[in-house]
Amino acid sequence: MTHTTTLTPEQLEEFGAELDAIRQRIIADLGEADAAYLRKVVKAQRAFEAAGRALFYLPPAWPLAVASLSVSKILDNMEIGHNVMHGQYDWLGDPDYNSRMFEWDNVCPSEQWKYSHNYLHHTYTNILGKDRDIGYGILRMDEEQEWRPYYLGNPLYAFLLMVLFEWGVAAHDLEVDEIVAGNKTWADTKKLHAGLIRKIRNQVLKDYLLFPALTGPLFPLTFAGNATANLIRNIWAFNIIFCGHFPTGVATFAQEDCEEETRGHWYYRQLLGSANITGGKLFHVMTGNLSHQIEHHLFPDLPARRYPEIAAEVRDICRRYGLPYNTGSLSRQLGSVFVKIGRLALPGRGRRRAAQVSPAAEPAVAA
Amino acid sequence: MSIDLAGRVLRSRTVAALASPHGIDRYLKQINPMWAAHEVRARIVSVEREVAVAGHPTVATVTLQPTSTWAGHRAGQHVSVGVEVDGTRRTTRVFSISSPDSHPGDRFTLTIRANPEAGERSVSTFLTERARPGQLVHLSQAEGDFVLPDRMPEHVLLLSGGSGITPVMAMLRSLQRRTHRGRITFLHFAQSPEHTIFGAELAEVARSGHGIDVHVLHPRQGDPYLSPAFLERLVPGYRDVPAWACGPASLIEAARAAYDGSDALRVEYFKPPRVSGTAGGSLTFTRSGVTVPNTGAPVLEQAEAAGLTPEYGCRMGICFSCTARKSDGVTRNILSGETSSLPDDDIRICVSAPDGDCAIDL
Repeated sequence: MTHTTTLTPEQLEEFGAELDAIRQRIIADLGEADAAYLRKVVKAQRAFEAAGRALFYLPPAWPLAVASLSVSKILDNMEIGHNVMHGQYDWLGDPDYNSRMFEWDNVCPSEQWKYSHNYLHHTYTNILGKDRDIGYGILRMDEEQEWRPYYLGNPLYAFLLMVLFEWGVAAHDLEVDEIVAGNKTWADTKKLHAGLIRKIRNQVLKDYLLFPALTGPLFPLTFAGNATANLIRNIWAFNIIFCGHFPTGVATFAQEDCEEETRGHWYYRQLLGSANITGGKLFHVMTGNLSHQIEHHLFPDLPARRYPEIAAEVRDICRRYGLPYNTGSLSRQLGSVFVKIGRLALPGRGRRRAAQVSPAAEPAVAA
Repeated sequence: MSIDLAGRVLRSRTVAALASPHGIDRYLKQINPMWAAHEVRARIVSVEREVAVAGHPTVATVTLQPTSTWAGHRAGQHVSVGVEVDGTRRTTRVFSISSPDSHPGDRFTLTIRANPEAGERSVSTFLTERARPGQLVHLSQAEGDFVLPDRMPEHVLLLSGGSGITPVMAMLRSLQRRTHRGRITFLHFAQSPEHTIFGAELAEVARSGHGIDVHVLHPRQGDPYLSPAFLERLVPGYRDVPAWACGPASLIEAARAAYDGSDALRVEYFKPPRVSGTAGGSLTFTRSGVTVPNTGAPVLEQAEAAGLTPEYGCRMGICFSCTARKSDGVTRNILSGETSSLPDDDIRICVSAPDGDCAIDL
């Protein structure tokens, strides 16, 4: 859906200044607590990983081993990898947590992910035709994407993307849909191949050959366990991430609305283009604090552990400017995402579009 | 032997594949910070004051016990030391090693003069005044080619000023340990006897050293300064005597003038960090060799105006695609107003504008 601005340029500027002030305050306050938190999470992740790998030697503990390894991979990819690669901890000056050097336990090379995610997705969030995270070039996730019979498979594609999520993320930069459409050629993606192949080789070698081989006769069990842990991580990450931008009420934008965009408008677009998930502290950690997708999109380079403390203020600012703050429980946000995936499998753009109102005029979706 | 075997296993390709993508060191350090397969770290063993003159920067010798990954050093080399000064942000500085040649895993010492101008994140002030035994520091391997040759010449001149004595003292100590039979002339300039680093040790060497002529001079108290005439008097035909010199810029210039371009002279000096706050000046792109007058606009814009094509993404400071190393000078983040005055700081060039002279690794 397209969005109509309801704030005046002056209001937008004030809105941006208020958010800038939050950002300044947090940056000035960064210090030991943030460093200690990150190191604690990393220590836990390493411990879960070591425990998971070791428990495969005890066949009855197989479910525990899988659970432990799954937690390790989820922490590695979300609270550590995603956030470190955003540069949230570059200020530490620690090469272990530098966005330019960090590599995650995932088949997608960090270098390629940072381009499509940090740059394309975070800069052009929810701008149709610019943000490739709208449907990832596979799904129809917005009415403005023109319907084709291909999209009848929307639910099936979403299911496949969920179970193969890390592979989908790895293939994202190849922009296979653009190749199929004839807008670019396979040769155009050549410079990505070496990095991609190297990363895939390393991940496959570790999870599907070396660690299973180290358990000797238990090879098949360990192999299956590693595959299951990767699958659990895929399903979890997919579900959390789809709740970030696709629940009902999240706005998309037309390219012409975002030309010569001010900082205030950029903040405004980030706010309207994202949605949060409510939950407990442990839940937030396991989502990499992406349950605070709104705060993450407003301040992608602030350490994610700060998002919960900022959230109340952001919400208050939204209330004062009459802007929606989209949040809800996991089941509610996921439910609306699944409904959207199903609904958009079918044509029906014009009718719905006429019924759309500007998100800014809608009441805030309460938690 | 067993340690060696463990090291070989830990550095094997199999272990690298198993520990991918993080690397084995990031697992080992969770168990014990002194365990490493590739990285070099050290524990501070002791910190001893060398010079403590009221109102002047402290000089101290820091003894380090490195991890087994330390490959040893040759006298005259330096090492990068990274410390978390405020317990959080790591800052890295280069210091000369003051102890004689070391073997892999051996203890070694740094002798450091505090640089109070470097501000609250000063590594030298931290190491000389606040560091405690047991604290961990991050190291590089020893670096630098300011070293003595394997085959020693018959006569050498070691020349230093102030805290520049550190690497040449390491050389002197190594030569003493090697029971070098040739002649050594050791010439050092210091502010006063109280300011003289290693003063007592040098006096001892002067008293008992065989074939070592030690001259410690205090030009501010009337002693002669370095000049061709003075050198000629001290070491007749000095231009043919291989020399190693380390010290402040004035000493290096005097030594270069005296040796008149002769390759018998090897020099080493560290540029003190310069803090500049004035607008204008020039912006240098070191890798491209381009220098332009600084307009005060973000570095990315100025680079593009100069015909460079640095990598960039969002152009608004969120995606880190354009991060580049600022080798020198001060930049200001145009969004937050934060300044970066440390050399070798990574900055986002799309939102960083130079404050006066600035050099970027582009």
